[in-house]
Amino acid sequence: MNNLRGIYTIWYRDLLRFRRDKVRMVGSITFPLLFLVVFGSGLSGTMGMLAPGVNFSKFIFPGIVGMTVLMTSFTAGVSVVWDREFGFLKEVLVAPISRVAVAAGKTLGGATIALIQGIVMLLFAPIFGVSLPPGIVLKLLPVMFLVASALSAMGILLASRIKSMEAHQVVMQFLMFPMIFLSGVFFPVGNLPSWMSVLVKINPATYGVDSIRQLVLGPQLTTSFSLNVLGHTMSIVDDLMVVAAFGVVMAVLAMWSFNIQEY
Amino acid sequence: MEKKPNRHIILVEHLQKKYADLAAVDDVSFSVDEGEVFGLLGPNGAGKTTTINILCTLSRPTSGKALINGFDVVHEQSRVRQCIGLVFQDPSLDERLTALENLEFHSRVYNVPASVRKERIEQILRMVELWERRHDLVKTFSGGMKRRLELGRGLIHYPKVLFLDEPTLGLDPQSRNRLWEFILDLRRKEGVTIFLTTHYMDEAGYANRIAIMDYGKIIALDSPERLKSLVGGDVISLRTTDDETAQAELLSRYQIESKRDGEQLVFEVPNGEEFIPAFIKGFSTDILNISLRRPTLDDAFLKLTGRQLRDEAVKSEMKEMARRYGHYRMRH
Repeated sequence: MNNLRGIYTIWYRDLLRFRRDKVRMVGSITFPLLFLVVFGSGLSGTMGMLAPGVNFSKFIFPGIVGMTVLMTSFTAGVSVVWDREFGFLKEVLVAPISRVAVAAGKTLGGATIALIQGIVMLLFAPIFGVSLPPGIVLKLLPVMFLVASALSAMGILLASRIKSMEAHQVVMQFLMFPMIFLSGVFFPVGNLPSWMSVLVKINPATYGVDSIRQLVLGPQLTTSFSLNVLGHTMSIVDDLMVVAAFGVVMAVLAMWSFNIQEY
Repeated sequence: MEKKPNRHIILVEHLQKKYADLAAVDDVSFSVDEGEVFGLLGPNGAGKTTTINILCTLSRPTSGKALINGFDVVHEQSRVRQCIGLVFQDPSLDERLTALENLEFHSRVYNVPASVRKERIEQILRMVELWERRHDLVKTFSGGMKRRLELGRGLIHYPKVLFLDEPTLGLDPQSRNRLWEFILDLRRKEGVTIFLTTHYMDEAGYANRIAIMDYGKIIALDSPERLKSLVGGDVISLRTTDDETAQAELLSRYQIESKRDGEQLVFEVPNGEEFIPAFIKGFSTDILNISLRRPTLDDAFLKLTGRQLRDEAVKSEMKEMARRYGHYRMRH
């Protein structure tokens, strides 16, 4: 009971801060939108149709939604590093709630913010010629939240071991961009050189992006887009199981890492 | 929370904390009674903050034992945390939240029942005189206001022990005095045990008992008066028309060795107040000026360690100023 209240309180504070930080809110969707507009419009003409009824714009739209969720979740850890830098982490770590609750609250806070940013991106769907029936949107919400939670847990785990903002930025550059670029946001993962295919398949973000794309494109999805692992074509459920497994491992590690932390 | 039967609210036995080869806290034992103001005094790096961090469960001891309110700081962390309040050396507020939101966060994570939460937050905010500013973001507060808010926050869950780690570091003398008024008032009203670290001698004087720490060890533990009495007696400064004759007379008539300190003679006597009247009547050299000073904890520290605590305090004060100045430049 105490721990539930602890999780809620930590989650609530993250949202309160997010609501107040208009710059961050706008900033973190500007970048993905820029990608959509520039690459979508710039390349759609030359590339023609990737599949019947699917131009490049339409193809990368679900990818960019995924990217927004990934990036926002990834940076969930920033709040931990900030709190350490500004001293507030001490107030949290010395409170009579378990460290497991602290890690869980932080992860859920990051995931919720990522989900909100993902939803904002979905609002732009009509502009890019993507139709999203309410039924699909309803399915997208839990999927995005699962992806966001798994990646947030990873962000929190990293942040729990990083002591400075500078170090955090470096780790983000070295991890976040490769993970996003190699997740199939910008290209179909069906026909890749084998070295790249391996990297894409060991990247947990790939499965998150694939599940979102399968939902958004639905029947328009063709085999060239689909993700094959060990000769098996991944369904949405398969994808989500991989994401969930990854998320559980990350969450357990994050909780453990917070638990053994000394100030 | 129910209290285990114990005489000491804080009990520390053979506590040790090692970092590589260095023992930051080296076989420290002491106890603090309920309702006491207990001061831990020493130069920077003496091990004061490490000791506090162990008592607050933020750091694990290498060996030894520490109990707060009967609860073990290693094995009963949550229970220990529930019965302590903390004001850290460095700020630990969320500057992007309002004063009210900071206190709401705190009272939720410290299990203050929802029914009394509002009332208690208001009471605390009024006490630290920040009620009018409750909806302002903490980043708009001055250093003194932030400290007061932290002090108030540390009390919301009615802790048994309030830890104050250098609570007035970096504050101007006026804010420092006000903060102390609050702290002493609190102790009167709430009966909280206060455990404080400081390197200001005058602040240590507020304590009932003081432990002096140096190089990770406690080298003295007693009341401020008793520690001061280590120095020997009261310090008397004397100015006369003829210092040489006066010095000779002091030695021949009173068997007192005096030192020349610039324009004056300085010497110690066991009981200055009784000494002075008789001395003025009987002394044949003309006296221009005579003054009596009680020995300070500074003098005690000097006597115990052969070093001036004041020098160290000045150094860290300058460091603090440099830090703030650097911070100021960074932001503007």
